[in-house]
Amino acid sequence: MDWGFFAGVAIAGLLAGVMYSLVAIGFVLIYKTSSVLNFAQGAMVLFAALTFVSLHEEGLPFWVAFAVTLGAMIVLGILIEALVLRPLVNQPPITLFLATLGLSYVIEGAAQLFWGTQVHSLDLGIEDVPLPLNAILISQFDVFCAVVAGVIVAALTILFRYTRTGLAFRAAAEDQYAALNTGLRLPVIWASIWGVAGFVSLVAGLLWGARTGVQFSLSLVVLKSLPVLVLGGFDSILGAIVGGLIIGLTETLAEVYIGPYVGGGIDQWIAYVIALGFLLVRPTGLFGQRSVERV
Amino acid sequence: MARFNKLHAAAAALFLLMALVVPFIPSDYLFDAILTPMLAISLAALGLNLLAGYAGQVSLGSAAFMAVGAFTAYNCLLRVPGLPLLVDLGLAGLVTAAVGVFFGLPSLRLQGFYLAVSTLAAQFFVQWALTNFAWFSGGDTSGVITTPPLFIGPMAIDSPVRRYLLSLLIVAALTALAVRLVSGRAGREFLAVRDHELAARVLGVKILRTKLFACAVSSFYIGVAGALWAFLYLRTVEPAGFDLDRSFEILFVIIIGGLASIRGAFLGAAFIVVLPLLLSRAGAAVFGSTFDSGLVDIVEKIILGVLIIFFLRVEPAGLSALVARIRWQHITRSRTVETSGSLT
Repeated sequence: MDWGFFAGVAIAGLLAGVMYSLVAIGFVLIYKTSSVLNFAQGAMVLFAALTFVSLHEEGLPFWVAFAVTLGAMIVLGILIEALVLRPLVNQPPITLFLATLGLSYVIEGAAQLFWGTQVHSLDLGIEDVPLPLNAILISQFDVFCAVVAGVIVAALTILFRYTRTGLAFRAAAEDQYAALNTGLRLPVIWASIWGVAGFVSLVAGLLWGARTGVQFSLSLVVLKSLPVLVLGGFDSILGAIVGGLIIGLTETLAEVYIGPYVGGGIDQWIAYVIALGFLLVRPTGLFGQRSVERV
Repeated sequence: MARFNKLHAAAAALFLLMALVVPFIPSDYLFDAILTPMLAISLAALGLNLLAGYAGQVSLGSAAFMAVGAFTAYNCLLRVPGLPLLVDLGLAGLVTAAVGVFFGLPSLRLQGFYLAVSTLAAQFFVQWALTNFAWFSGGDTSGVITTPPLFIGPMAIDSPVRRYLLSLLIVAALTALAVRLVSGRAGREFLAVRDHELAARVLGVKILRTKLFACAVSSFYIGVAGALWAFLYLRTVEPAGFDLDRSFEILFVIIIGGLASIRGAFLGAAFIVVLPLLLSRAGAAVFGSTFDSGLVDIVEKIILGVLIIFFLRVEPAGLSALVARIRWQHITRSRTVETSGSLT
């Protein structure tokens, strides 16, 4: 066995996993504070990337376009919270999930209606030259993504653990009635967490968009990050990262080493099988806290 | 046994109308583009409704099970010469039921959207397997297989009306079975598991058996629906038509039509088949040629999404509840008239 090649494949897989994690973090933020599995996360990534790239093509400078898009994402988040989720509060989780499924159709449709359906290319100004590392080539762009993901996770961890806002987020996640009772304003908390999730979607949208082009298939990254969530646990940011790394690694290794024997393309479903197999052994995921089975 | 009531009489009358009067309407378009696909979608939605609406186990993999049904029907016809069509459709249902039970096994340990996510595994795996292994397509690698000519006894099923009538008969028979099922012990056990698993267990409902039975029956219906869809509507068998969007479509049918309602599946299916046709007509009339099929798709998506949220918020029991309410108002109004009449 060629270990150098193996290491190269493994590292590429881990870096691909980071990309899944970036989307998964957006899910975790919403799930942690409002127990909603937001299927529309992928649509939000698409919406953010399309809005940014269209504004940028109109001639707005990078940071202005970034700020405007971020503003749009925050407004979108507040609207979703007020129009879709608040009226459905106390409904069974599966109803909320179905509502976000409907929501993803609306956002995808709206994004395409406003900005058109053509593919935009997005250049973030990072040259994708392979970095040599002991005879293994690593994509510089992938390393950049990994660094960005690391910074976001660190920032979110600090936000959740050391700030009053973070404390409020955690209180709302722990027990909504108790949080209300101590005078926390849940709508404000939910709106702000949707804002943070919007920011994460924007970053994920830019990185994925630079990689694959900004187009409709961006919203399908949601399907890649669901097994990551199942594996890592729906309510753990650390889980999203570790889950993403495991999924990225096994998926890439399986495609390279098992794929040729069965005709390839197994990366379409292997992540789900890994997650499912894991789930049967440990239904809360690696780092999940709550029990799946509530009676 | 379900009592034969007014509702059943109305359903029987509707069936007679569809079977004896509608076939004389001289419009191939009506049968090929509206009624036949509507019946197949209704049957698939009925199957999903048994699982999701009654037993509370949401599945995002319906299209995969439709594909299993379609490909089973195709392979059995191809490999067993002289196999009667109805037996073939039954086999399609049975094989799909077996596959459904296999993918339903995780439901014994998982609930809610964990299960929903795990059914995605079925969706992606089945589609991949059907695309990647030429055996399933009988060695045909073109990706699109034309279905063989169909016969019931000596009669060839070769005209729009005949295809429609065959769909209608099969769907009607399976619907009658489903009505019987949900109004009996099995239906009550489904609801018990859906509403409170622990309470159901305390009452002596065997959770494991009930869930797997729901998976099997539901998959049977969806498998037959898939075979009808491929053989009588598309007249081609291809994995590409049974993608995740189709799964979502079936799910939307039961949300819009009404969860845990038999007629909801039909109302929702009628809605989802007619909506794009109406949209493209209306769009072309208002905006002219700028309203192309791409735009229709986008607008349809937005409308569907808004409707899903609307129904979940405002009318969780779907179109079915709206119909029930209109009927109820009609009854109460006529009674009021009667009473006031007798008073004066």
